[in-house]
Amino acid sequence: MSALRGFGHGYGAGPLHLLSALASFAVAGWAFVHVFQLGAPFNFLLWFAAAIVAHDLLLLPLYSLVERIAHRLAPARARRAGASEAAAAPSALNHLRVPAALSGLLLLLFFPLVLRVAEDDYAPITGLSTDVYLGRWLLLSGLFFLASGVAYAVRRGRAGLG
Amino acid sequence: MREGGRRLPAPVPPERGPFQRSFWKSPLRGAWLSSVLSAALLPLIVVTAVTGLLSHVAYDTELAGNSVTGSDGLLSPIYGGLDWPAGWPWLYALNQGVHVVAGVAAIPILLAKLWSVIPKLWERPAVRTAAHAVERLSLALLVGSGLFVFFTGVLNIQVYYPWQFSFVPSHLYGSFIFLAALAFHVVVKLPTMVRAFRERGVVRPLRESAAETTVEPVESSESVATAPRAATISRRGLLGAVGAASVGLGAMMAGQVVGGPLRGLAFLAPRGRVDGPGPNDFPVNKTAASVGVTPEQTTAAWRLNVVGRFELSLTRDELLRLPQSSQRLPIACVEGWSTTQEWSGVPIVELAGMAGVGDLASVFVESLQEGGAFGQTTLNAAQAADPSSLLALTVNGADLSLDHGFPARLIVPALPGVHNTKWVERLTFQSA
Repeated sequence: MSALRGFGHGYGAGPLHLLSALASFAVAGWAFVHVFQLGAPFNFLLWFAAAIVAHDLLLLPLYSLVERIAHRLAPARARRAGASEAAAAPSALNHLRVPAALSGLLLLLFFPLVLRVAEDDYAPITGLSTDVYLGRWLLLSGLFFLASGVAYAVRRGRAGLG
Repeated sequence: MREGGRRLPAPVPPERGPFQRSFWKSPLRGAWLSSVLSAALLPLIVVTAVTGLLSHVAYDTELAGNSVTGSDGLLSPIYGGLDWPAGWPWLYALNQGVHVVAGVAAIPILLAKLWSVIPKLWERPAVRTAAHAVERLSLALLVGSGLFVFFTGVLNIQVYYPWQFSFVPSHLYGSFIFLAALAFHVVVKLPTMVRAFRERGVVRPLRESAAETTVEPVESSESVATAPRAATISRRGLLGAVGAASVGLGAMMAGQVVGGPLRGLAFLAPRGRVDGPGPNDFPVNKTAASVGVTPEQTTAAWRLNVVGRFELSLTRDELLRLPQSSQRLPIACVEGWSTTQEWSGVPIVELAGMAGVGDLASVFVESLQEGGAFGQTTLNAAQAADPSSLLALTVNGADLSLDHGFPARLIVPALPGVHNTKWVERLTFQSA
């Protein structure tokens, strides 16, 4: 079986790895062909590539930036070895992060309705307008922050009394 | 600098920015976190994929006028052999509801998973072996197609189409690319997941609070931070937030499937508007104006043309004088919402009998709409023969509104929403 070992040495993994990869690529190729038959192949590829780029080069830096700002606004108390948890007041960091993340996620997913970009498609098909959605998103976001604020107040109260 | 006559090689400039492992600060990243997120994601993906493929089956694309995805190619024998049944009226509503609820609920977990492995995107060296290159290529397909499929799905639900390709085939075939890449990913990564759970336990890390959260061993995975900040949130805190987002989104989408009093839950969903009190006050898909149907085309001069062994032409009044049947049936849209109403009209089998067709094989239904992709439908034998399949003339006791298909529309149990053709003008019956 030195041929197999030689293969593994050159390729970096067993033959099963390569075979599975080829099968996977074959199915992907078949699917691409079907899409191309139906027109607008370059537009499809563009959006496909845009999906990767948007996530890695837009979403991630945005998230990192927001995180850096959040850390400045509500620095987490450094946990010194031996310090009891009750001695430190709870940090507001997570109470800002979680509602902001939920609100941001909703905006990311529903921006066509919330920001009304979908109006030209949505209105003729449903007969309705997108104008209610901005208000609904703001209301939900407000509720998230309110709930988070209440939870924070409760935690501080408990830490103060403890 | 010279030593023993040999020049030392010039120092390699250190990697900058995200290419350095020390750039990534969170102590939470590691094989355990990635594995837990994957373990949660995989069943949701499987459910979404199965219901998605069943949705394609429900369209009976082998029948004339039913396909918007072109020929099924190699898979034609499979789809051709599967006829969507009419025996359970709620079947398509359930299938699509599950598809959209599971699909949208998976998104927060997917985003968290991408966050947890992103240091590996920037790892150096970029390609260690041929196998590593193959894996990275497959990951490009996996991430690209995954984001593409979920993103197009979410935009489709909101009736927003900012692209030039046709949504349905691109979403369908994009998901094949995704599933193929996912299968390879699971094959390669399953040992890593098993090892991570064996070494760290499946739920043991959930017991750690933020203060107790420790970083995983650096050599256990390339995603582990080499210079982490102190933990500001525990792993259970992160997973809890992700889980809450998933459940919340799922509940929101479910609201527009179940409808009724729960429709208000679908706060940000496009069909989460509360139904009005009138008989025609339920969600519309494709207003008459959007497909070019005008009131002038639907006056008393409208005729229903019925073609079988004989040809008939019926006015609306004549149709109303025939024995009527009343059925409570849902219309379920591919976007994952449904609405159930009380429909009344002439059973399809009744009209087939009048045209001299006893043993129904199929019905070809044509609308007077010129625009839109769904101006015609073919019903399979089971759908045509079902006594609940109606040419509906009224809904909830009142005439159909123009937007809801006046003068007559099709309503068939478990049939995908767009195939319940509106503004019907011709029925062609085929006998067996």
